[in-house]
Amino acid sequence: MEWRRLSLALPLAALFVVFFIAPLFVLLGVSLSTDMDTHTFTFAHYVKFFTDRFNYSILTDTLLLGLKATAVCFVFGYPVAWIAARARPGLQSILLLAVILPIMTSVVVRTFAWIVILGRQGLLNQIVLGLGLSEEPLRLLFTEWGVVIVLAQVQMPLMVLPILSILAKIDPNLADASRALGAGEWRTLWRVTLPLSVPGVIAGWILTYAACVTAFVTQSLIGGARLVYMPLHIYQQAVGANNWPFAAAISIIFMIAVLCVVAGLNLLAAKSQRHAQA
Amino acid sequence: MRKPEPQVDWEARSVTIVLGVMTATAVVVLIAPSVVILLTSFTDSASLRFPPPGFSLRWYRALFDADQMQAAAWNSLLVALWSTLLSAVLGVAAAVAVSRSRSWTARALDGLFMSPLLLPALAFGFAALIFVYRMGMRPNLLFLIFGHVIVCVPFVIRTTLAALSQLDASLEDASISLGATPAMHFRRVTLPLISRGVGAGAFLAFMASFDNVPVSLFLADERTEVLPIHLWQQIETNLDVRTAAASGVIIVVTMALMALAERFAGLSKQMR
Repeated sequence: MEWRRLSLALPLAALFVVFFIAPLFVLLGVSLSTDMDTHTFTFAHYVKFFTDRFNYSILTDTLLLGLKATAVCFVFGYPVAWIAARARPGLQSILLLAVILPIMTSVVVRTFAWIVILGRQGLLNQIVLGLGLSEEPLRLLFTEWGVVIVLAQVQMPLMVLPILSILAKIDPNLADASRALGAGEWRTLWRVTLPLSVPGVIAGWILTYAACVTAFVTQSLIGGARLVYMPLHIYQQAVGANNWPFAAAISIIFMIAVLCVVAGLNLLAAKSQRHAQA
Repeated sequence: MRKPEPQVDWEARSVTIVLGVMTATAVVVLIAPSVVILLTSFTDSASLRFPPPGFSLRWYRALFDADQMQAAAWNSLLVALWSTLLSAVLGVAAAVAVSRSRSWTARALDGLFMSPLLLPALAFGFAALIFVYRMGMRPNLLFLIFGHVIVCVPFVIRTTLAALSQLDASLEDASISLGATPAMHFRRVTLPLISRGVGAGAFLAFMASFDNVPVSLFLADERTEVLPIHLWQQIETNLDVRTAAASGVIIVVTMALMALAERFAGLSKQMR
């Protein structure tokens, strides 16, 4: 019975083996060979990446960019989830649709809209200049903070939805008990609600982080040509420089780096769950 | 329980106010880009200034002559429809297979099918391109669709698994003991009960495919150029107002589809 049931997964598993696992192994193979035609084994591309400061700093910049954007998502996403969890069903649906809208609208369209808003003569600069907050237009496009803001807007639902689903499950009596015992609202939020929602928070961090570091379109259009992050670096090496083995090596390095961060967050999640049960 | 005194609890109120203000800020930032680009697309000038000096439909009319853009839009639609169909069929079957099983194989399969959500999609797209070349072939429509299925199927599996976990296990025992075959039970009992979850997943898969850049970047060629890549290149080279009009169309269609998905599949509940 068990095996008959599992056999239903065979078609998809076959597609994944042929078109997902096999390509990843080929990618690994190419990254370890001198060039595309001769298959001589070499670590040269990896050595090149880690000995060149330029390459190395792109990786750390990308991982840090993900961290900053995820942090902004969390600071604004948690209140949204908290308010949505307490809202009437109608208001809750509207809030959720507002949160989901950006991730549904095409990423190119969304990023394009931000160019109109953040540009030198964009909406934001008109407001800033109009209010006399600054003498000259602010540089927002092609800066790291520009990329962080746009990433945070785009990936917000990935943070809000897991937190909301766990907030909805928390027994409201716990917060009542905390208040009855004399804790104020802030203390209850900080010492009861937030710790209980940690699993949702970490799920949100994982999804948001993975999406932010790999957001090629947003990074390249808002960051411009001078702010290079890993996805653009891979693309430039593969298509621009036509250096497939090196592009393959940086792809592998990038994937492993992202998986390490995700695994680290997963460990944190497991630890916090044990902590909650103890 | 003791009712609090009628005086206002300022601390409780301050939490609601602070978090409420942050939520309002977030909602404004979330909505603003869509509104701005919609208004800009109706401009009567040739620049992307906001607010537009005047309104007209000229850039929407210009879309009728944008042959390349239209071809790209049809390609995107074709690829998205096939990817969604394949993702739905393969994904529902896989979800039924791994649901309610605690076996090692089922967990491993579940992890494998979800991994495209976490792995950098651009690296996968590049790997797929190398793979196709290594097999002595060139990228074509079929490979493009397969690539999209890999990155879209997790959405179907996730919502279908959530719907399946809501089902009562005794339903299956009941219909089997009444003489139904497993296939009959699936078609007559399970499928109708999980249809909202499957529908929401299929909607998400469609949007993810229609919007995909990282995989299409490597697996699409000139003949199969898809809309997001066409628009991306337009934005990189020259900021054309026709792009804003195309964006306007995309936003309106997206909102309409979202309203339908919310109405028939309870989208916002399925995504939680």
